[in-house]
Amino acid sequence: MSLDFKYGFDDFFRDETFVDDFTYRNSPQNIRRFPFPFDRDDYMYSVNMEPHVPGRKGSVFEKTFDVDEHYLSEMRDRARVLAADPLRCQSLPHMTLAGWDLLELIMETKAREYPQWFSLTKDGNRWHWINRPLGIDQKFTFLDESTLPYGPMEYITRQTQGDFTLQDEREGTLWVDAGMVTTQADWSLDFNIGMNFHEWHAPVPLAHEKGIFDRALKFLLKLQHGSPVRRYNWTMTVNPLLDTAPETYPEWGHMRTALTQENMGNMMHLRVELQTLYRLPRSNAILFDIRAYLGKFEELVQVPKWGRRLHRVVRDIHPDLATYKGFIRNRDAMALWLSKYDDGAPTSPGWWPED
Amino acid sequence: MTKTEFPPSIISRPVYGQLAPRPGAFHLFVADGEGAEAVVELFDKADPSLKSRAHILYTAGPNGTDQWDKIAALGANQAQKAASIPTLLFRLARVLQDTPMDAQIYLTGTEGLMGQAERDVMALGFPHVDIQKEHRGSTVRRVQCVHCKGITENVRMDPFQCSHCGLHLFVRDHYSRRLAAFQGVNIDAEDKGQIPPAVERFK
Repeated sequence: MSLDFKYGFDDFFRDETFVDDFTYRNSPQNIRRFPFPFDRDDYMYSVNMEPHVPGRKGSVFEKTFDVDEHYLSEMRDRARVLAADPLRCQSLPHMTLAGWDLLELIMETKAREYPQWFSLTKDGNRWHWINRPLGIDQKFTFLDESTLPYGPMEYITRQTQGDFTLQDEREGTLWVDAGMVTTQADWSLDFNIGMNFHEWHAPVPLAHEKGIFDRALKFLLKLQHGSPVRRYNWTMTVNPLLDTAPETYPEWGHMRTALTQENMGNMMHLRVELQTLYRLPRSNAILFDIRAYLGKFEELVQVPKWGRRLHRVVRDIHPDLATYKGFIRNRDAMALWLSKYDDGAPTSPGWWPED
Repeated sequence: MTKTEFPPSIISRPVYGQLAPRPGAFHLFVADGEGAEAVVELFDKADPSLKSRAHILYTAGPNGTDQWDKIAALGANQAQKAASIPTLLFRLARVLQDTPMDAQIYLTGTEGLMGQAERDVMALGFPHVDIQKEHRGSTVRRVQCVHCKGITENVRMDPFQCSHCGLHLFVRDHYSRRLAAFQGVNIDAEDKGQIPPAVERFK
C-alpha cells in the first residue's frame, strides 16, 4: 500500500512551489485573510492564549483546521521533504493511540466543516475516508494500524496543512514524544523528540526569566477535551520556504544574504504560526498544531494598517528577539523598506485589516 | 551542588549533584576518569556493608585520567575496567539485565559517559529518582551534528569541524537526553567560509 496523491489543482487550489523557483504567492482574496499577528504597534512575548472557537466568516479562524488555496502544494512539499529525510516524522512507541486520536479529530472535523472536499462514513470500526482534492479513497479499520499505508499520525498529517506534535503528559509536565514537522521555523524534531516542556523551549531567550513557560505549562496541563485553545507566533523567512529546518540550514541560510531594497518586497516573508492545542480523548495527550502562513512584504503592505504597523514592530523590536528569530542581520534594511509604507498615522487596535 | 563549576547555561542542560549513599538492595556504579574520586568519597561515607552489594563499571576519562587503582582498592563485590565508553556500555547492558528495580544507580565522571549510561538505564524503566549523577573531570562535550546526525565525541573547541560531514559547527547550548548529546549547527551557512577562530570552551 502507499498513498498516491492525485493533485486536483483547479481555480481554487494553486499549483506552486516552496523551493527552487519559488512560485508561491497569495491571491488578492487570500491576502485579506492573512492572519496578521500584531494587534498593536510593538511586540513582546506573551502567552496570549484564547479559546479556539469559530471566528469571522472567511477568516483563518472560521474553521477548526483551515484549508486554503495552498493546500495541495503544501502537501506536495511535505511529501518532498519526507522523501528526502524521513526523520521529520517520528513517533515514540507509546504514542500510537494519540495518533489515532489525531486522525479521528481531523477526519471528523474536516468531513463536517468541508463536506465538498472530505467525507467520513463509519460502520462500527470500519471507516471510509474520502479526500477529493488529493484523490484518496481509503477504507480501513479504526485502531488497526495494519489497514493504513502509514501509522495514523503520519497518514492523516500527510493530508493536513500544518506541523503537528503530540505531547504525552506525565510527571507533571508535557513530553514531545511524536511529531510531523516539515514546515518549521528552525527547530529539529529529531533532536527535540523525547524532551519535556522546559527542555524543548530552552533556547528561547528572555521568556524563561519572565516566567512565561511556567505559566504556559500550568495553563496547558489544565486543557480539557473539547475546549481547544490558540495563540500566534511569528518570525521572518527569506523566500517562501515552508521548510526552514536546522537540518537543511546550509542549503537555505545563505539566502538571508541576498536581500536588497529592490527584492525585499518579494523575497521577505512574514511567517505567522497559528498554533492550536487540543486535549485528546483516549490517550490524554495534547495535540499541538503549528500552522504556518507566509505573506510577502509586498502583499502585506497592500493593507495600509498592516504596512504602518509592521514597520513599527520591526524597527522597535528587542535585538535579542530579532536574533532568535533569525533576522537581526536584515532588520535595518527591512525597517528601511517598510518605512515607505508608514506615514506616521495612528493605527486602530486589533489585527483585522480594516476595523 | 556540583563540584564542577559550569558557566551559566540553559535549561535543557542536565543538573548534577553530589553522590550520596542511599539504602538499596544493590548499588551499581558507572564512572570514568576523575569520577573514581566521587566513588571513593561515597564509599567513605557509606555503611561498610555497601561494598558487599556494589558493582562498579569504570573506564578512563577522555583526558586520559585513569584511576582504576583507586576503584580496584575499594573491595567492591564486583568491579570491571572497560577499554572505552562503548565497551563499558556493552557491559552495562548485561549487568542491567540482572539489576533489581530497587537498586541504587550512581553515575559519575564526564557528561558523555553519564548521559549515555542514563539513557540506557532509563530505557529499561528504572525510575530517574533512583539515579544520581555527579560531574567530575573533563567538560568536553558529545555533540550531534544537526545536519548529518553524526556524533562527534570529546569536543573541546568551538567552533569545530564535524567528524562525519566536515561542516564547521558551533556548539549550541541545547541538550538531548535521548541522544545524550549537545547540538552542533553549521556556523557559516549564511556567510560561506566565514569561520571564527576556534576557542577552547570545554576542557
